[in-house]
Amino acid sequence: MSASPLAVTASAAGQERVFHLDHEHHADGASTMLGFWIYLMSDCLIFAMLFAVYGVLGGNYAAGPSPKDLFDLPLVAVNTAMLLLSSITYGFAMLTMDRGRVGATQAWLAVTALFGLAFVGIELSEFAHLIREGAGPQRSAFLSSFFTLVGTHGLHVSFGLIWMATLMVQVARHGLVRANRRRLMCLSLFWHFLDVIWIGVFTFVYLMGFVS
Amino acid sequence: MIDNPSFLGSIFGRLTLDAFPIHEPILVATFLVVAMGGAVVVGAVSYFRLWGYLWREWFTSVDHKRIGVMYMVLGVVMLLRGFADALMMRLQQAIAVGASDGYLPAHHYDQIFTAHGVIMIFFVAMPLVTGLMNYVVPLQIGARDVSFPFLNNFSFWMTAGGAVLVMASLFVGEFARAGWLAYPPLSGVAYSPDVGMDYYIWGLQVAGVGTTLSGINLIATIVKLRAPGMAMMKMPVFTWTALCTNILIVASFPVLTAVLALLSLDRYVGTNFFTNDFGGNPMMYVNLIWIWGHPEVYILILPCFGIFSEVAATFSGKRLFGYTSMVYATACITILSYLVWLHHFFTMGSGASVNSFFGITTMIISIPTGAKMFNWLFTMYRGRIRFELPMLWTLAFMLTFVIGGMTGVMLAVPPADFVLHNSLFLIAHFHNVIIGGVVFGAFAGMSYWFPKAFGFQLDRRWGLVSFWMWVIGFYVAFMPIYLLGFMGVTRRLRHVDDPSLQIWFVIAAIGAVMILFGILAFLVQIYVSIRNRGALRDTTGDPWDGRTLEWSTASPPPPYNFAFTPVVYELDAWWDMKKHGYRRPLAGFKPIHMPKNTGAGVVLAALSTVFGFAMVWYMWWLAGVSLIALVAYAIVHTFNYDRDFDFPADAVDRAEGARTQILVAAE
Amino acid sequence: MTRDIHAGTADHEPGEGHGSLSGYLIGFAMSVVLTAIPFALVMMGVLSKQVTALAIMALAAIQIVVHAVFFLHMNARSESGWTLMAAIFTLVLVAITLPGSLWVMYHLNANMMLDAGMSQMP
Repeated sequence: MSASPLAVTASAAGQERVFHLDHEHHADGASTMLGFWIYLMSDCLIFAMLFAVYGVLGGNYAAGPSPKDLFDLPLVAVNTAMLLLSSITYGFAMLTMDRGRVGATQAWLAVTALFGLAFVGIELSEFAHLIREGAGPQRSAFLSSFFTLVGTHGLHVSFGLIWMATLMVQVARHGLVRANRRRLMCLSLFWHFLDVIWIGVFTFVYLMGFVS
Repeated sequence: MIDNPSFLGSIFGRLTLDAFPIHEPILVATFLVVAMGGAVVVGAVSYFRLWGYLWREWFTSVDHKRIGVMYMVLGVVMLLRGFADALMMRLQQAIAVGASDGYLPAHHYDQIFTAHGVIMIFFVAMPLVTGLMNYVVPLQIGARDVSFPFLNNFSFWMTAGGAVLVMASLFVGEFARAGWLAYPPLSGVAYSPDVGMDYYIWGLQVAGVGTTLSGINLIATIVKLRAPGMAMMKMPVFTWTALCTNILIVASFPVLTAVLALLSLDRYVGTNFFTNDFGGNPMMYVNLIWIWGHPEVYILILPCFGIFSEVAATFSGKRLFGYTSMVYATACITILSYLVWLHHFFTMGSGASVNSFFGITTMIISIPTGAKMFNWLFTMYRGRIRFELPMLWTLAFMLTFVIGGMTGVMLAVPPADFVLHNSLFLIAHFHNVIIGGVVFGAFAGMSYWFPKAFGFQLDRRWGLVSFWMWVIGFYVAFMPIYLLGFMGVTRRLRHVDDPSLQIWFVIAAIGAVMILFGILAFLVQIYVSIRNRGALRDTTGDPWDGRTLEWSTASPPPPYNFAFTPVVYELDAWWDMKKHGYRRPLAGFKPIHMPKNTGAGVVLAALSTVFGFAMVWYMWWLAGVSLIALVAYAIVHTFNYDRDFDFPADAVDRAEGARTQILVAAE
Repeated sequence: MTRDIHAGTADHEPGEGHGSLSGYLIGFAMSVVLTAIPFALVMMGVLSKQVTALAIMALAAIQIVVHAVFFLHMNARSESGWTLMAAIFTLVLVAITLPGSLWVMYHLNANMMLDAGMSQMP
């Protein structure tokens, strides 16, 4: 009994109902993008909670240093540029992926990874400097929330870099097959999402620190 | 605790020989019982050479049906542990009145009430509802499996890993003593420096990963994998409640993850989120944990509302009354559950304006549930009711849950709550709704879908014994608790001064023993049903004359669920098919694309559990090694692109042919 | 959402947003501007604190939308509208729990005097 989709709808209007499809209904990996997006929403909530904690505890300096004493805005601007640039280079990688150009995709991924490494490196040096100055995460609730919010973002970027390296190896091995394209698209969502979170970080942590 | 000399310390962290409670007779006795029971199970499995079978067919299975059953087994096993804790508390409180000090020292009693709450919520209720949703939803929507079968397997093992950590605390070290929600500063490192709190944190974090991933999985499944023609408003009600439940899971568990992570940072790194000094604010913990905690209770109850809807319709022989309003009520509850969280801490001091707002929203959230109650009543009205066990559980739920809900509305009034907060009235209220709602719902679901899952019915007689002991036992156990709460008794008390109150504690203990008989009868029921499975066989696949698609399959369904994807035209799709004289196709089967089994889930969860254990005991080298191994193994797993296989057409043909033979023989 | 029987079985990946070179470049340019302005406002301090605060928050919100449209390719069609619905739902929850927590904690702190001397309320 064959049943093309048209036959299904036609039969429904007619007397006899065909209650089964004779071909596979769902492609492999049909759920991946939606599933990953939902995961990103859950990650968004984790960050929202960290922002809430920063909002509530961020003013508790415990007679210690405050944002104005600690934050180096020019450095933060440089770091923001690193992440923003990495976002657009990843975008270029997606464009070359769409056109099936493996080499160009790998090149743009490598550039993205370099910008990402720069971002993490600068952030780590900033943290090290703060800790050396006695402004480590244990000093006050403000610093605890600062290190945790910014650090969690940096940890996500670091995992993204590991993922990127893994994908570059897998693309080198298998080329731009469907599975790899799906993975690259998921990483794309992840990477841009982290840049969105960073907008919140540089605004509400760094810039607002000088405005209150 | 004696510290290790530095060499041993670097290997074993703070794990020393006095972590093993050889001086506590109750624990030694428990260990002996568990060890003997474990030896019997391991011995039997080895004797019957079932390890290979278990590994191939169950532990590494990515089939949602197998995973669903494993969740149920986990939930039932942990029920025994959690209920043992309950019996111990009831016994202590019945004895320790006036001059008597009871038999449980404070150090032990505090662990028991903490463990009881943690286990019942995270390792009994959650696995039971997750197991039912996992088993039933893909079948109800006409799908072959969930969206991410491997992730499903991994999620189960992460939940099991969390349970392992909590159970390990019984014999290696101790458990937390700060209550099931572990408020700081008591749960901070200054006041709870011992391993118990860390077992709590890591047990929940490991299990939480599993739960969150399972939530993502089921949402994607319901959105993407419905059979053609099954529009959202033609989905079975249980699928709707499963969708909303999993939305709540994904939207709330990240909050728990974040809060526990912050508490861990306080304990491990010395940060000051919830400390008393350096700017910390313990009240923020309470605020955040309840932003998770309130949606959590709706996660537990919504699937059960779905079960009751399916059961009421099936056993009244009528379609569910007010399907549309049921859907909207469920959606309202989902959103509103985010607007009520402060009612858990009215007394913490947020003041009249804040308390009034949340008091009002709390009262509003009872309205959609009330609407559901009326819908169930109207479904039954003028129906031909069959008093099978699932329907009995549903009727008991309707009465019991309404009482519990009403006491909830009483608590929703802030001035009343100032008297009743943290009294035994509160304890009675939440046990009322959880037992009346979640436990009765789980039993309704289990007795309803058991024949589908295993191909034979549950023994009715022992089911009735279990049912009546549970229901009567619940009332005998918890009505006195309401009274005691009114009379001023607070929760988590190890000893009560006033001897005139003892009679109520004794009655409550009797009720607990009745529930114990209910549980034992349930276990006997399972044993008897397996023994008599020949006589109890379900040959049709549709023993209850059901209305939804899962009843169109064989009992148990074949691995691929449906030989051909069903096409849906109406709500209650299977009922519609039966009305239109549906005949199963007997030929023309095609190969079916299926995911392969894998051991990766077991390995990753085991590594996570080892990591948790290492962090508890400050075995930093082991924590580092297991974490690196975890990440490395996960990365290596992604290099496996060969995850699927084709279930050959002739195998489908054979399976369907076998079913045809059974159906013909039954006629 | 009801009759898209074969959504996702065609050749392209389901739910895939397609970027274009111009889209990425426009998004990048807008993001650069929307980043430079708040940094400049704060570092040069030309406006009052209130206005600066409001301005940088508004600019952040706009840049987030720019990222969502030009980089994340968010639209009402992707995954039959489910991605947008999930994003809106998440936003609603954040809008409830974040300001809600700030409101609740403000009152708790005011009544329970926890942070006497330990904090400076913004």
